[in-house]
Amino acid sequence: MSVPLLEAQGVTMRFGGVSAVADVNFVLGEVELRCLIGPNGAGKSTFFKILTGQLRPTEGVIRFRGQDITGAHPHVIARLGVGIKTQVPNVFNGLTVREGIGIAAGRRKSLKRARQIVDETMELLQLTPIAGMPVGQLAHGQRQWVEIATVLAQEPDLILLDEPAAGMTHEEVLRTSELIRMINQKQALVVVEHDMQFIRMIAKTVTVFNRGRILIENTVDAVLADPEVRDVYLGKQTH
Amino acid sequence: MKTLKIARPRPTGGAAGFITVVVIGIALLLGLPSIFSTFGLLQMTVFAAMAIFALSQGFIWGFGGILCFGQSAFLGLGGYAYAVAALNMTDTTGAVALAILVPMVFAAGLGYFMFYGRISDAYIGVITLTVTIILFNLINSTSGDIYHIGAAPLGGFNGIPSVPPINIPGDPNDQLDPTGLWYAAMGALILCYIFLKWVLGTRFGRVVVAIRENETRSQLLGYDPRLYKLLTFVIGAGIAGLAGCLYTNWGAFISPTVFNLTMSAQVIIYVLVGGLGTLIGPILGAIAIQYLIVLAGGQHVIDPNLLLGVVLIAFVLLVPQGVVPVIRAGASRLLGSRRAPAAANMVTADALPHSSAQQEPGQ
Repeated sequence: MSVPLLEAQGVTMRFGGVSAVADVNFVLGEVELRCLIGPNGAGKSTFFKILTGQLRPTEGVIRFRGQDITGAHPHVIARLGVGIKTQVPNVFNGLTVREGIGIAAGRRKSLKRARQIVDETMELLQLTPIAGMPVGQLAHGQRQWVEIATVLAQEPDLILLDEPAAGMTHEEVLRTSELIRMINQKQALVVVEHDMQFIRMIAKTVTVFNRGRILIENTVDAVLADPEVRDVYLGKQTH
Repeated sequence: MKTLKIARPRPTGGAAGFITVVVIGIALLLGLPSIFSTFGLLQMTVFAAMAIFALSQGFIWGFGGILCFGQSAFLGLGGYAYAVAALNMTDTTGAVALAILVPMVFAAGLGYFMFYGRISDAYIGVITLTVTIILFNLINSTSGDIYHIGAAPLGGFNGIPSVPPINIPGDPNDQLDPTGLWYAAMGALILCYIFLKWVLGTRFGRVVVAIRENETRSQLLGYDPRLYKLLTFVIGAGIAGLAGCLYTNWGAFISPTVFNLTMSAQVIIYVLVGGLGTLIGPILGAIAIQYLIVLAGGQHVIDPNLLLGVVLIAFVLLVPQGVVPVIRAGASRLLGSRRAPAAANMVTADALPHSSAQQEPGQ
C-alpha cells in the first residue's frame, strides 16, 4: 500500500493530569472523507490542533505523506497542504470578504491566479454579493461560509472542518453537505460534527472519539448502530 | 491593551484621498517658505520630523499590531547615529544612511528575540519601554573625554552640540540652510507617507494587516507571523531613525532626552489622537500635539505635560478611535455608503472569537 496522506501514531496530549488525547492511531488516505464524532470534550478539536501544529503532542508522531510533522509550526504544516476551519470561526474581521479570501489565495501564486481563485471560491460559496462587506459585520452563518471559503482558497490537499454546520439553517446544512461531497472529489477531508443527519449525508467511514481515545472506527451505519456509541452520546457510563 | 486597539478601519483609503494628501503635502513643501519667517519654518521643520516619527509608530502599531512603548529608542539611535557619523565624515550623506540603518539593525536584533521568542503583546510593550530607558541611562552616563566614537564625543547628559548639517550629496561644502532643511524634512515626510502607502498595498502589507486582524488564521494559511512582524518592526525603526536624523539637524544638537519616556509617550499620543490604523492620522496628530505644546510653552498657567496628559485621557475616553477614523466614518455615513463601518461594532465582533478561543484550549 502507498504512503497514506495523514498518519497519527500513538498521539497523546496531556494537560496537567488530564489526557485530552490518549494514544490515538489514525490513518487517512489520499482523497478520503472521514467523519469524526464524539461527545463534547472527547478530544476532537485538540486532535485537530495537534494535526495543524497549534499544539505539540506530549507523545506520538504525525506524518503527512510520510513526512514527520510532529510539533512543526502551523505555517509550515499549512504550506504542506493542510487547511483547517476551526470550531470558533477564525476570520479576518477587519478585512472585507474578498480581501480575506485573497490573503488565503495569494500565497506563492501570481496576482492573476489569486484573483481567479478568489472569484471562483466566492462564486461557489455564494459570497459574491457580500464581497465588499467587512467580515466582522456578518452573521455567524455567513462567517462560517467565509471561513470555509478561506480554507478552500488556500487549495490544501487535506481539509479539516471543525463543526462546519454549527449555527447553520437546515438549508445551509444541505448546501454544506453538497459542498463537502464536491470538495471530496479532489481533496481529502476530516469533518467533525455532532449533527447525525449531516453525518449520514456525507460520511462513508466514521471515527468515534471518547475521552481522548478512539472508541470505534467503521462504516457510518455500523457506527450509528453500535450500542456503545449510543451510550456515549446519551452520556451513559460505559464501564 | 486590547481596549486601546479600537479603531480598525480598512487599511486602504481611496486613491483620491492618497492623491489629495500628496498634493497638499507638495503644496505645503513649496509654499511654506514664502509664507513663514525662518523661525516659523524651523518650527514647521520639527513638526515634519515629529510627523515622520509618528508615522513610524502609526505603521507598526496601527497596521502591524505591534504595541511598541519605546519607539523613541529608534528616534534616538537614528539621531545619535547621524551626529556621530556626521562628526566623523566630511560628507554627511553617509551619516543620513546610517541614521536609518543603525536603528533598523538594532530593531532586527531586538525584534528577533521578541517575535521569535513568542513574547506576548503586553511584554513587547514592557521590553521596548525598558530598552529605551536603558539607552537613556547608557548615553546619559557617557560624560567625559574617554567616551567618544572617532572624533565625536558622546557628551553624556550634555549631548552632542554643533552637529554638522546635512549637505547636498557629494558636495560637503553645500550645507542645508533652514529653508533647505525644511525641504528635506517635508520632502522626507511626503516620501515616507508614499512609501508606507505603497508597502500597505503590496502583498506583504496586506499580510501584515491580516496578521493584525487574526494571527492564528494567518498562520493556518501558511504565513509566518514572526517574520512579518519582525520586518514591520524593522521598517518602523528605519523611519523613526530618519525622523531622529532630521530632529538632530533641526537643533544641530542631540541629547539623551530623545530616549526618555516623554518622547515615547508623545508619539503614542500623536497616533491615538490622530487615529490608529491610518497613515494621515498620526501625521495630523503629531502636528496638532506639537502645536499644542508650543502654545502651552508660551503660557505659565498650566504645566504643558499636565495638558498633554489631559488630552490623552480625553481622547482615550471620548474619541478612542482618533480623529481621522471618526471623520471618515461620519463622512461615509453622510454619503450613505454601505461601507461605513462603525468602528465600535468591529471591535466587539472582533473580541469575541479571540476570547472564546482562549477559554477552551482543550476542546
